[in-house]
Amino acid sequence: MPLVTPGFKGRGRSSDPKLPPGQYLVTDFPVLSAGPTQRVDTPDWEFQVKTETGKVTSWTWESFRALPAERFTTDLHCVTKWSKLGTHWEGVSLDNLLAGIETAAEFVLVRSYGGYTTNLPLADLLGGKAWIAYRYDDKDLPREHGGPARLLVPHLYLWKSAKWVRGLDLRTDDQPGFWESLGYHNYGDPWQEQRYWGD
Amino acid sequence: MAGTAVLGGLRWLVATVTELRDETTTARTIVLDVPGWPGHQAGQHVDLRLTAEDGYSTERSYSIASASHGEHIELTVQVVPDGEVSPYLGRVLAVGYQIELRGPVGGWFVWPATSSPNPTVLYAGGSGIVPLMAMVRARALLGSAVPFRLVYSARRPEDVIYGDELAGYAATDPGFTVSYVYTREGPADSSRRPGRIDEPTVSHAEFGRDSDVFVCGPNPFVETVTRLLGKAKHDPRRIRTERFGSQGGTS
Repeated sequence: MPLVTPGFKGRGRSSDPKLPPGQYLVTDFPVLSAGPTQRVDTPDWEFQVKTETGKVTSWTWESFRALPAERFTTDLHCVTKWSKLGTHWEGVSLDNLLAGIETAAEFVLVRSYGGYTTNLPLADLLGGKAWIAYRYDDKDLPREHGGPARLLVPHLYLWKSAKWVRGLDLRTDDQPGFWESLGYHNYGDPWQEQRYWGD
Repeated sequence: MAGTAVLGGLRWLVATVTELRDETTTARTIVLDVPGWPGHQAGQHVDLRLTAEDGYSTERSYSIASASHGEHIELTVQVVPDGEVSPYLGRVLAVGYQIELRGPVGGWFVWPATSSPNPTVLYAGGSGIVPLMAMVRARALLGSAVPFRLVYSARRPEDVIYGDELAGYAATDPGFTVSYVYTREGPADSSRRPGRIDEPTVSHAEFGRDSDVFVCGPNPFVETVTRLLGKAKHDPRRIRTERFGSQGGTS
């Protein structure tokens, strides 16, 4: 039983079943980034998937946008405690993007413009659970939220959904990314409240 | 070193309020005694857990304002009028009350103290001063001679937090300077018209393009500062940011 905080009443008693433990609801869309917002224009944008054998597959903005896209609605959970429910996106499913790629890799290191990285199991990118998203709320994704395109893996804390994504390294070993090397949980399941090392 | 979360997990600790200080009409410093506190780097934060009598519980993150010094930490909380937690911390919490916390959290937006001889520039927007103040205090506590410059944007002079302490450092330490940008109303003797931070105020040419820069504040403030730094060709790898609020939100 946690310690009662004297005089604290709180106000959110809705116990929304969509809200993971320790999270609170927001209606705006906070911006969190560890450094300057990246400015990548679509003519210069390139996306690469590199397998464990070193084979590279590349897309330009044009060839990426020619892939089948989907619209989807999902909930976002940030490790800094806010959650935003029912957000509307458009993007390319990773199932589509990785369909023709042969790999025995079990892990992925995601790389972004500006040097950000994050890691996760390949299985978490497949099965309709992850997208490269380029539209939010029926508009082009703003740069501050990762435009022109960001990874979206909404079943994990939002730091896994790398902004300004530029590529995936498919790996046989699991290499911790940026926040994962700085004390944040290697997997980051909001429903298990896996915020930090040891959670 | 960089990842300071304790292996094996960050335990919830019970902290006791030992002192409260009103910094402005809306900002309050909370001094906590935290048995078991492992120490922290300047710029890190803590997670607080508040629990009501009926078992309802909620968590928030707050930046630590103090330099690491034993088992005491200081938080400075800006009261957000419609907030769920900050009005409690700023108006209800009293000396002797206990509260749960865990930390320190965050290994990126930190001043690396002894390992960094780099000149350092701090840009604070509003209550974004708090983690930057921890850096200023850590430097003072160490007796470090690393050049520090603080540029602090506030709405009005009466909204400035830690003003007297900052003036004290500036008066006695040739390596530390502070300048203010007022967005709504400046002092009567100010030569600058009130307004948001702009090109003349975001320049530290003598510190060089490879000086370390920490920017903390509302997202529009951080966007403006980092955009102007980019225009000045500052090395982006040297710029660390911490933001609050949403895109286009107001401070």
